Amino acid sequence: MENKVNEKIFKPKIVGFLCNWCSYTGADLAGTSRMKYDESIRVVRVMCSGRVDPTFVLKAFKEGADGVLICGCHPRDCHYHEGNYKCLRRYHLLKKYIIQMGIEPDRLRLEWISASEGAEFAKLVNEFTQKIAELGPSKVKQNIETFS
Amino acid sequence: MKPKLNLAVYWGAACGGCCVSVLDVHEKLFTIVEHANLVFWPIALDTKYKDVEQMPDGFIDLTLYNGAVRNSENEHLAKLLRKKSKILVAYGSCAHMGGIPGLANLFNKEEIFKRVYFESESTINPDQVLPQPHYKVSEGELEIPEFYNDVRTLAQVVDVDYYLPGCPPQTERLVEVFLAIVNGEQLPPKGSVIGAKDKTQCDECKRKKSDNKLVKEFKRPWQIKDDGETCFLEQGVICCGPATRSGCGVRCVEGNAPCRGCYGPPPEVADPGAKMLSAIATMIDSNDPNEIQKAIDTVVDPVGTFYRYSIPFSILRRKLL
Repeated sequence: MENKVNEKIFKPKIVGFLCNWCSYTGADLAGTSRMKYDESIRVVRVMCSGRVDPTFVLKAFKEGADGVLICGCHPRDCHYHEGNYKCLRRYHLLKKYIIQMGIEPDRLRLEWISASEGAEFAKLVNEFTQKIAELGPSKVKQNIETFS
Repeated sequence: MKPKLNLAVYWGAACGGCCVSVLDVHEKLFTIVEHANLVFWPIALDTKYKDVEQMPDGFIDLTLYNGAVRNSENEHLAKLLRKKSKILVAYGSCAHMGGIPGLANLFNKEEIFKRVYFESESTINPDQVLPQPHYKVSEGELEIPEFYNDVRTLAQVVDVDYYLPGCPPQTERLVEVFLAIVNGEQLPPKGSVIGAKDKTQCDECKRKKSDNKLVKEFKRPWQIKDDGETCFLEQGVICCGPATRSGCGVRCVEGNAPCRGCYGPPPEVADPGAKMLSAIATMIDSNDPNEIQKAIDTVVDPVGTFYRYSIPFSILRRKLL
């Protein structure tokens, strides 16, 4: 009961970048299979996780996202051979950058979701939402708007 | 004879290098004074702020404002010069993107004061004195500018007509821009970056480049034996050329030092550091998370490397408080 009260106070806003070939199809499977998962996620479909420019992630935080989730094909499964590897490399460097800028590293997550992993996607969204709920609202937007 | 232009140059939070780049016109100074009256230039002339305040609005034809906005004096002069000037140019990296002073956005006012006035090795301050914006003495009240928490770019404070990037801008570019205004040439649309090109440094760089830029680790310039010919990135040294606008003549690389990004991002790029970060990360020659992490450990300071001149201009603008 207490959890429900807390949820009413803070509903995390999560931006998800899902690759067209595996992860978006996986999320679609979760939907067509009538699996329930948290509505905190706003999905942006991209052709490949390698298309996720670090600018997109920073912009999502700037616009008020409390968490950003990037999903791509499993290693060796990328439709474009190595887009997911490029995403993985950028993810690690971007994480180092956001830590320096004072953003909690757990607000950014990269996971591999295949087209058949609807249940895994639903579980991931719930888990990530729970994590962000524990962290509380992101201060990035307010921080950018405040100028002394 | 055409009436002379009124020209002003002002420094906000700056090192003085931009004013020196104006002095670097050398004998072309005669060309400049032939076409313009220098009405306000604190580094060279003793015009007082109150003299500027008495000028009619729009009296100055061209103001080159260099330096970031760090305190109340910078802000006051930015607003004053905006009112008095027909064309206001953000001159140099600090006015354009926050520049080196913008790195202070990784800290807040308290942290900076604590370091500077209490902790620094050369400071002896037993009474723990801190600067006060207002201080009463028997002769009256003394006033110094108020130090702000954030460093801001000029455009975050006032409306800016043009940006002339560089740390400092190349003097030749300034002369070109000045003569274009004198000759009444068609000026670019408001908000344009002038005195620079639309392509990146790499497009102009003469070093040998191949398609293979994969590296296992990143090195500092002193860790390599530079052959003077091969692309710095291919030698494992981070060079900001891929995400930096050209126009300087690739001066740093010609001098065998990697580009540091002072000319800012090329057109359409919102966040210069994010583009650099993206380009550098994909160079890592591994698909294994642990190996990738090891390579990233050799990028010692991502903010200071990719956002050296642009933290206030970037999407995040400052470290979270």
